[in-house]
Amino acid sequence: MPWTRRHLLTLEELSLAEIEQIHATAAAFKRTLARSVKKVPALRGKTIVNLFLEPSTRTRTAFAMAAMRLSADVISLDGTSSSTTKGETLRDTAQNIQALQADMIVLRHSAAGSPLYLSKILDIPVINAGDGAHEHPTQGLLDTFTMKEHLGRLKGRKVVILGDILFSRVARSNIYALNKLGAAVTLVGPSTLVPHWFTDLGVKVSHDLKSALADAEVVMLLRIQHERQASSHFPSLGEYTSMFGLNKTRASWLNPKAIIMHPGPINRGVEIDSELADGERSVILQQVTNGIAVRMAVLYLCSGGQPENVYAGSDPA
Amino acid sequence: MSTLWIRHARVIDPATRRNAVGDLFIRDGKIVPSLSAAARQSARQIDARGLVACPGLVDIHVHFREPGQTHKETIATGSRAAAAGGFTTVVCMPNTSPVADNAGTIQYIHDATRRDAVVKVLPTGCITVGQKGAALAPFGSLKRAGVVALTDDGDCVQSNELMRRACEYAKMFDLPIMDHCQDASLTQGAVMNEGVVSTRLGLRGWPHAAEDIIVARNVILSEYTGAHLHLQHISSKYAVSILRRAKTRGVRITAEATPHHLAFTEEELGTYDTHFKMNPPLRTASDRRAIIAGLRDGTLDCIATDHAPHTDYEKDKEFDYAPNGILGLETALAVALGVLVRQHKFKLTHVVDLMTRQPARVLGLPAGSLAAGSAADVCLFHPTETWRYDAKSGFSKSSNSPWHGRNLTGRVKLTIVDGRVVFEHGQIVAPAH
Repeated sequence: MPWTRRHLLTLEELSLAEIEQIHATAAAFKRTLARSVKKVPALRGKTIVNLFLEPSTRTRTAFAMAAMRLSADVISLDGTSSSTTKGETLRDTAQNIQALQADMIVLRHSAAGSPLYLSKILDIPVINAGDGAHEHPTQGLLDTFTMKEHLGRLKGRKVVILGDILFSRVARSNIYALNKLGAAVTLVGPSTLVPHWFTDLGVKVSHDLKSALADAEVVMLLRIQHERQASSHFPSLGEYTSMFGLNKTRASWLNPKAIIMHPGPINRGVEIDSELADGERSVILQQVTNGIAVRMAVLYLCSGGQPENVYAGSDPA
Repeated sequence: MSTLWIRHARVIDPATRRNAVGDLFIRDGKIVPSLSAAARQSARQIDARGLVACPGLVDIHVHFREPGQTHKETIATGSRAAAAGGFTTVVCMPNTSPVADNAGTIQYIHDATRRDAVVKVLPTGCITVGQKGAALAPFGSLKRAGVVALTDDGDCVQSNELMRRACEYAKMFDLPIMDHCQDASLTQGAVMNEGVVSTRLGLRGWPHAAEDIIVARNVILSEYTGAHLHLQHISSKYAVSILRRAKTRGVRITAEATPHHLAFTEEELGTYDTHFKMNPPLRTASDRRAIIAGLRDGTLDCIATDHAPHTDYEKDKEFDYAPNGILGLETALAVALGVLVRQHKFKLTHVVDLMTRQPARVLGLPAGSLAAGSAADVCLFHPTETWRYDAKSGFSKSSNSPWHGRNLTGRVKLTIVDGRVVFEHGQIVAPAH
């Protein structure tokens, strides 16, 4: 099946086959990253603009790294260096970037829905690098990619996502991907941060950590986002940690082969004990590394590349 | 003053219980029972076969943005949009720039209305100084300046103490208080209804509880003080049930519903289209049904549009950053006919009532009737003609309408204000004043 999408906006709209295509393409790129010469010429002559209007370290660097490995030229703009601080609208900023003959825009924005909005305005592909509390599709793709590396097929696997779900775009993208891949997802956290509305997305909601973690094969921790929530969502970070922080005792409730994931940035001692974050079950840094290959796959496919051409490293059509 | 003889119309006038095919006579700006043979000779005859003739529609909730936000709308353009929609009397909200919290600004609105308007534009004044919710505005001078009601519009008064005093003080002047019911502490940063859809879209939710709490507060304060409170654009099922119980006890409370809350639900927001962003937000199908039931049994008294113009560049933004509000005047009648008459089997006379006599009664306005001696404010519309609404070629200065490009059924043909035809053949034909 040829890849037909130009934009990557959400995982909600992707089919299972498309998710698997991205994973397969990422796996091929991951092999090229193990070579001594890591660059492939796939996007030579293309210019990708990373428009990051909200702070980011990992995602932004990984997108830049991915673009460079594909031999594209990369320009990164952030909220302070772009004209948005002078009152320019997103439409105008993006149209100017297009007029400067960029071939693709990677957008990180605090407003949910803004990548969809840009995709309707621009002729060039738009890649969502995180929009508010909505979606972070490449994170969901790299997380499920990492899970598959450790667990094989995800069908029937028990995955727990623990923490601030309400404000999490990572949780939403993972929910859509995991549902399509057949995993059984349970969301856990304080009732104020895991509202019952989420059951409508086809997942379980629990506020009991012990029963939720029992036999789970993946636990994905999410950062408590102080910057997004009012003080009324829970009493204190200390109480959060005492109720929901992952420590050694609680980790023992997991399936013995379970992996521990976190999209970062981690707050050590808040949602996860330091020794677990650095322990052998932690795949946190593997997630980061996989982020390059997955984003290479997304940039490549949305530029018109086809999965079967990855080894040839040929130019996109 | 011209003499008009409207012939063979289906005349619907809930105020006089008239609902029959017949003629309507207008002389010297008033409705008259008949015309002499000589007057008929010289009268302009309007053949209204197949049309409904009803009192000019009344909208007690519009934003005409003047003074201060005339890039969005003016009294000239807003009143033309009103005339094109069959409205002859509108009540404009005080959230202008500066806000209408003093007699001088009200006088400005009167002057602009006299100079520019083609329909009757009645001002409201603020409840609090600067619409800031801290100190009472001068109700006495506002009343003398001619406001018909008091409201802080989108800035619902949060202090119960201040609202209580506002009720008591307004009662002395026999001025109704109109309230936009929203507990601000529950809606920080909120941009749409809270629920499954906001969860999916990752947008901040506005729980209906924030409306219900203030509706309940207002029922309590109205009952306690005896003041007349009018609750604007009710959007929540729970709020309708609070109002229903309050009305059973005889509380002096009235309420309105907008065409958009009748027509749409939050499901429209799937593509983050800012033309569905308004405050209060679109809610669930069950809320929508409750609003319709509320209009049916009189729990909700009338339809009001909350006509809220914004320029295309203001609306064309990320969903979080776009302003709330949509146009309403040019589509309200067709939307109400579509939802209430065709979908929910309301009688045509009932919908006319909800857009004429009832809103006039809520604020005690001399409008909404075709009784002999009344001002000759008349709307002639075709109840089943289908037309395509193009917001960009409409009469409002803005075009922020979710109905843009849609086919609507029910079309205003002619609007008469004080005996003068102001809208005819799709054009504004004469200034009223």
